[in-house]
Amino acid sequence: MPTKPEPVLDIRDLVVHFQLQGGALSRLLGLGVRTVKAVDGVNLTLARGEVLGVVGESGSGKTTLGRALLGLVATTDGEVVYHDRERGERRVSHMRGRELRQLRTDLQMVFQDPHAALNPSMTIEEAVGHPLVIHGIAKGDELRRRVGEALERVGLAPVERFLSKYPSDLSGGQKQRAVIARAIILDPEVLVADEPVSMLDMSVRAKILQLMLDLKTDLGLTYVYITHDLASAKYFCDRIAIMYLGRVVEVGPTEEVFANPRHPYTKALLKAIPEPDPERMVPRDLPRGEIPDAAVPPLGCSFHPRCPEATSICGWESRDLRALIEEHWTRGSAETYARERDLVGDLEHLDRPDTRPRVGAGGALEVRGLLAEMRAEDPDEPLWLGVDAIDDDGDGVRVSFHPGEDPQLRAAGDVDVACVLYP
Amino acid sequence: MTPIELEEQDATGVDRGPVLEARDLRVWYGTDRGPVRAVDGVSFELRRGEILGLVGESGCGKSTLGRGLLGLLPDGAARDGELRFQGRDMLALKPREQHALRGRDLGMIFQEPLTRLNPLMRISEHFSETLRTHDKSISKAEIERRSLDVLRVMGIPPTRFRAYPHEFSGGMRQRLMIALTLVMRPAFVVADEPTTALDVLVEAQIIRILHDLRREYDTSLLLITHNLGIIAEACDRVAVMYAGEIVEIGEAREVFSRPRHPYTRELLRSTISLRTTGLNYIEGAPPDLVDPPPACRFHPRCPDAMNVCAQRHPVDRDHGAGTRAACWAADVAQGLVKLDDREAAPLPRGEISVADEA
Repeated sequence: MPTKPEPVLDIRDLVVHFQLQGGALSRLLGLGVRTVKAVDGVNLTLARGEVLGVVGESGSGKTTLGRALLGLVATTDGEVVYHDRERGERRVSHMRGRELRQLRTDLQMVFQDPHAALNPSMTIEEAVGHPLVIHGIAKGDELRRRVGEALERVGLAPVERFLSKYPSDLSGGQKQRAVIARAIILDPEVLVADEPVSMLDMSVRAKILQLMLDLKTDLGLTYVYITHDLASAKYFCDRIAIMYLGRVVEVGPTEEVFANPRHPYTKALLKAIPEPDPERMVPRDLPRGEIPDAAVPPLGCSFHPRCPEATSICGWESRDLRALIEEHWTRGSAETYARERDLVGDLEHLDRPDTRPRVGAGGALEVRGLLAEMRAEDPDEPLWLGVDAIDDDGDGVRVSFHPGEDPQLRAAGDVDVACVLYP
Repeated sequence: MTPIELEEQDATGVDRGPVLEARDLRVWYGTDRGPVRAVDGVSFELRRGEILGLVGESGCGKSTLGRGLLGLLPDGAARDGELRFQGRDMLALKPREQHALRGRDLGMIFQEPLTRLNPLMRISEHFSETLRTHDKSISKAEIERRSLDVLRVMGIPPTRFRAYPHEFSGGMRQRLMIALTLVMRPAFVVADEPTTALDVLVEAQIIRILHDLRREYDTSLLLITHNLGIIAEACDRVAVMYAGEIVEIGEAREVFSRPRHPYTRELLRSTISLRTTGLNYIEGAPPDLVDPPPACRFHPRCPDAMNVCAQRHPVDRDHGAGTRAACWAADVAQGLVKLDDREAAPLPRGEISVADEA
């Protein structure tokens, strides 16, 4: 963009936490109130007219972030500011009731599942015109005219064929077009689209994305495109923010993020996408495990337990040690497991995050020997970089890890990255 | 191709004939509007340890075919044609004999693992139930040994053997499902969209596991998916399905680099990948299987359609390099048939409106 980008939405230190209640007994005892940090300190600016991609796996907080942009979830801390052309700065994160409803004329959402987003007992005419009725903007002939216009814009033409149809009469692609028609009928500025094509067939996805691009040009829209699909984000977005466990780990211009991925997580995602290329083989050097529990995130960098490039200061701790021991047992025989299980003893206590965990029940020397054997099995395992010392402790050992660092987003070239490799 | 191959053996005496052989297989459902011909004359075979990918849009009949092969069809559905498993005529078996084969020799892996696991049963109990169903006299030690063996191959530590399903993550549950299927060492497994509910990194892990199955288990796999990328990575051969028919089948590499059928080509073109530089799509929608278009079912959407395509059903032909396809345009391109000028003229096409899209 030649001119300085004009912000339309500012996300500042946004935090969204959810309380998990736990069972009746734990509530009675005052235990078990766990907090899931769905969005944990996100800063992003959406420029007018751009397409910002928010990419992440399920559990990364991308959907919660999208909902927070529209005030659909309560923010725990931080703020979302909408730069209204007429009324100036408005704090979405602090709006309630009528004011929030009024905001819908400016910020709209397209949901993932078009089958669930439409009321099955409303005709397409009623559903698409509903926002105009709710906001008291149009009725009668005017309502009919505007519904027809919106349907035509999204390609549901001839309009007469669709007005009296019910969602169940429509195909998936047609339904998503109707959902988009409903989203644009109030003439909004920003559209937050949460996985708008992931429920659709491959042959239709491109059509809906093309429609969204056409609408953006024709109506001057700004998009937040939330997805787990890096390939469509690459084609569709101007900028991309990669999220992992509630944080943005890398953000920058799409071209740069794809040409030169910096965060190990971004690199892994790019490598993992199954490409329809007959020369490609099954990728083998991919991160192990899955996205961790957001209620008790890993110490240090949240990605370190899966990171192939982790260093000594990434936050190694007791849970990583447990995972390593269990992984070791998936390689040995049942007899080895039986013997070593008694040697190692109980592993449950390792689930409490601890940088100086104690492990072992069958003699310090033997446990030390087992750890050495595990290290020899896979010398490149990054966990060993994090081990500061192994000291004898009764009939086991105490493993001391280097203190971890929680990396913040920092500029690296044209992008921002949260990784200790880019200090 | 001929039944003779069933008896073929290599020098070591190991049977190298097809594990599964379908000839003109049909599956249809009765509905108020008439029969839905979900699988309409499908022929293919699956060799030992081979992974065949089955790809197509939703509603093309790929899931019905997968279930039909295992006899897992709902009431009101019927099968016809020829289906041989290790030489046995599957369609002649009594329901009880079919039931006995399932689980033991034939396995199925579903999309949603959580709905297939009993939340009140420990993993160990799932395994003992599965193993005892087919072998009443199996000992407890034997159950544990076999279960832990297969769990290890799936990368699930033995410490989790007595855990409950909810204590596992999504990817681990899918590994559990695969382990539960493989513990019986079936010769043939259908995996229906096994990674659709998973994230891309976990999906890659599961694809790798499926790809490596043959090393330990010698299992033949039919991998049903709508994701062409998964087929390219994990499968030896691929079958492309459209409106109840297999329109092209061949070595995955060959089909992806030189698709013969226009549908395969357009499906590849419409897939959004990291190399996508422009959006392409197939006009129109897959047909209603109660009343599919005459002759070639793809002709109303086909950019290469000729007059003949709307008049005569294409013939399944060998297109070289191990590929078979049923397409007049491909036949002409390969010089396999000669059409007269009228038949070869481009089909005048009615405008396909957005109104008809999928």
